[in-house]
Parts: sequence; structure tokens; C-alpha cells
Amino acid sequence: MNTVPEPAPPGNPAFAPLIEMRGVNKHFGELHVLQDIELTVGRGEVVVVVGPSGSGKSTLCRAINRLEPIERGTILIDGQPLPAEGKGLAKLRAEVGMVFQSFNLFAHKTVLQNVSLAQIKVRGRAKAEADAKSRSLLERVGLSAHADKYPAQLSGGQQQRVAIARALAMDPKALLFDEPTSALDPEMINEVLDVMRQLASEGMTMVVVTHEMGFARASANRVVFMADGRIVEDRAPEDFFSAPESARARDFLSKILKH
Amino acid sequence: MKTLTDNWSTYWDGFLGTLSLFAASAVLSLVLGVLMAGFRVSPVRPLRVFGTVWVTVLRNTPLTLLFFIVVLGLPRFDITLPFYTFAVLALGCYTSAFVCESMRSGINTVPSGQGEAARSLGMSFGQTMSLVVLPQAYRSVVAPIGSVMIALAKNTAIAGSFSVTELLGTYRTINELGYSIIWTFFWIAVGYLIITLAISAVFNLLERRVAVSR
Repeated sequence: MNTVPEPAPPGNPAFAPLIEMRGVNKHFGELHVLQDIELTVGRGEVVVVVGPSGSGKSTLCRAINRLEPIERGTILIDGQPLPAEGKGLAKLRAEVGMVFQSFNLFAHKTVLQNVSLAQIKVRGRAKAEADAKSRSLLERVGLSAHADKYPAQLSGGQQQRVAIARALAMDPKALLFDEPTSALDPEMINEVLDVMRQLASEGMTMVVVTHEMGFARASANRVVFMADGRIVEDRAPEDFFSAPESARARDFLSKILKH
Repeated sequence: MKTLTDNWSTYWDGFLGTLSLFAASAVLSLVLGVLMAGFRVSPVRPLRVFGTVWVTVLRNTPLTLLFFIVVLGLPRFDITLPFYTFAVLALGCYTSAFVCESMRSGINTVPSGQGEAARSLGMSFGQTMSLVVLPQAYRSVVAPIGSVMIALAKNTAIAGSFSVTELLGTYRTINELGYSIIWTFFWIAVGYLIITLAISAVFNLLERRVAVSR
């Protein structure tokens, strides 16, 4: 693991922005899915994005590594503007790991190959070196016994942990999680959240789109609440959950917390 | 049987001619077809347009017309090649359009998340295609590509009308010697069957192999 400094709260002079979104706008046809998004994520910060479905939170997450191109505004990663499609973008994506709702492990590769492939082809590591790193990461997520299986032979929770190991293998500066537990059976959610909690406590910079409020409360430095393509609230988790400012957030919380 | 044994060397030359036309055109069409399929799904618009035009023009033109264009047209630009090479070009380009479309439908069977995951790890478009998408598309394109290859084997017959030695064209020589036209064609048909059934067998084998590795 790369060593990351202690998370520094915004306002602190040591606060170094890693991801910055400035005036970001995007439409899906008529739908204005991202409206004037302003978001800064500091190094080592864990930002959890919550909100009703269709609020644009997934799109926001995917825009950060340009899986969704934006129409207006700028996105800076580590001070560098996100380049257009091409070599520069590929290089930048290697620095920002992504974990998907549907895992997206390479179906034709074994677990070990999944974790090693981009290390070899993108980072240019020797196969033995990559495999050694992959095995130690699989050990970390508790899956070293499954290294030679194919993704289809694993449970959803196991697949998602492999996906996290695959992202970590690139030594990313930040990790994006796009609803990482939404496709999982309830009993598997915790094994994935455990890995994420561990990463958060180690100081990994994370942007997490999720419906897991427990994770947001325990591990987030900040909670960003989105509705209708806008960031409505951006606050510390305690403040957000105990005293949401906006009616939208109060309504949202009342729906998800009471059942 | 006498028709065959008396004219063995004519038949044999024709058979080898068809086989070599097929093999060369098959390689050309597969290479061009995969390349064009890559163009058609690439993020670069001019490449997409080029791939689409390539497929639209070649797929919708009669092969015989294409032969005329290549054989009569290219020499106007001072490109003079042996008829054999012209025939391979015409057959290979024509068939590449069909290979491309089979590949593209195979690519579309691979969930888009696979490509997104590859790109999110920093792979280039070429790496995403060659390492992640195409290997997974492969299993669903084996059967349709097999059909395209069989059609190609049969299409080589057109080259006979353009002074290329191939199997169907042997009937003229043999017929002039006074052999029964029915038996002449019978043995020609057997020759084609040997080639096409061999292609089927190869593709059946490939299909079984990818089915096992699933």
C-alpha cells in the first residue's frame, strides 16, 4: 500500500485537493443530470455521495475518470485537468481506481489474472512481480485461496473484493466506488464494507456512491447529498444525519432510515 | 471415375488454385474484418465513418462487379498486379465486410462494463479491445465467421472467369476434351465439398473448444 498522510479536514492549511470539480454540467438528452457541480476531495479524504436514485450521483462518480464525458466545467485530478480521450486520459485513469456496482471482473481471466493484467500491460511490471503483488492484495481481501478460479465461480461479495484488489494493484491515488454493494445479497455486503472501512482507515482517498448509511456515518469525512443533479448538502456525517438542513435531505433520510 | 482419373492433374491444379485463393483471401478478410470492426466501435469518429463506409460499400456491391472494378479499374491507376493478386484483393475486401459485421455483433455481446473496467484501469482502446473485449467476443463469433468462410470458399469460383486457375474453371478444359459435362461437374462439386466440409469441421472444433473453456 502507498502511504497516505492523515486525512486533513477542509480549511486546514495542509488540505491538499486531489479531485476538484468546477462548474461541471452534463445532460442526458433533456435531463440535466449534473448541474453546476462544485466538489473538492482532499488527499486522504473519504467522501460519501448519497441521494435518491436518478439524482446524478453515479454520473458524478463516473465523470471523475471521464467514463462519462462532461459538457461544461473542469475536473482536476491532482492539479491536472482531465485530458481528452487518448493516451493522457488512459494514464490518468491508471491513477484513479474504480469499483463498479456490477463488479465487471474480466470474465475470461482467472482472479489472479484479473488483478495482474493491468499491472503488466499498463504499469509495465514483470509478470512475476505483478503476480506477487496480486497475491498479497488477494490475501488482504481474504481471497488468496481463490486466485485460480474464474469470476463466475465466486459469490458477488468475493467478486467485488477481487475488483477492489484489482483497483488497488495499480497503486491509485484515489478510489471511486460506484454503488459497490448495491448488487450484493445482504449477507455479503459486510465483507465488502469491511474492506472499504479498512481502506478508509488507512487513509485512502475515496469517493463512494452508496446507500449504506452505516458506512457513511462511520467512515466518511464528508457526506455529499445530491438531488436532481445538484449537490444540496456537503457536510460532516454527524451533522448531516442528525440535522439535515434541506427539506430534500430530511425527506430522503426519513424514507431510508425508517424501516 | 474415368473423368476424374484421366484429368487428375487438371482437377488437382484447380483444387490447389481454389485452396490457395481461399487461404490468402481468408487471411486478408479476417485481418481487415477485425480491423474494420475495431474502427466501427472506436472512439474516433473519422475511423467509425471509414469503417461504416467500407462495410456499406463492399457488402452491398455484387462480388462480380467488384472483380471488374479491381481488374479493370486498378490498372488505370498504373497498379498492375497478377490476376491472382487482384482476385485475392477483391475476395478479401468483399469478405472483410461480412467478417467485420460478425465481429461487431460479437463485440456487442460483451457487456459494456468489461470495456469500462479495462479503461478505468488505464488500458488504451487497443489494449481494451485486444485483451478484454475481443477474447470474449470470440466465442460468439466462431459460428458466423465459419459461415462467412464457407461462402468465401464458394465465391472463389468467380475468379475463374478472370483468368485465375481454380476448380470451377477446369470444366472448360475437361469439357473441350469431350468428357461428360455431368461427371465433370460432379467431380468439381466433390472438390468444393472437400474444402467446405473441412472448413466446417475446423470451425466445429473451434466452437467446441471455446465451449469447454467457458
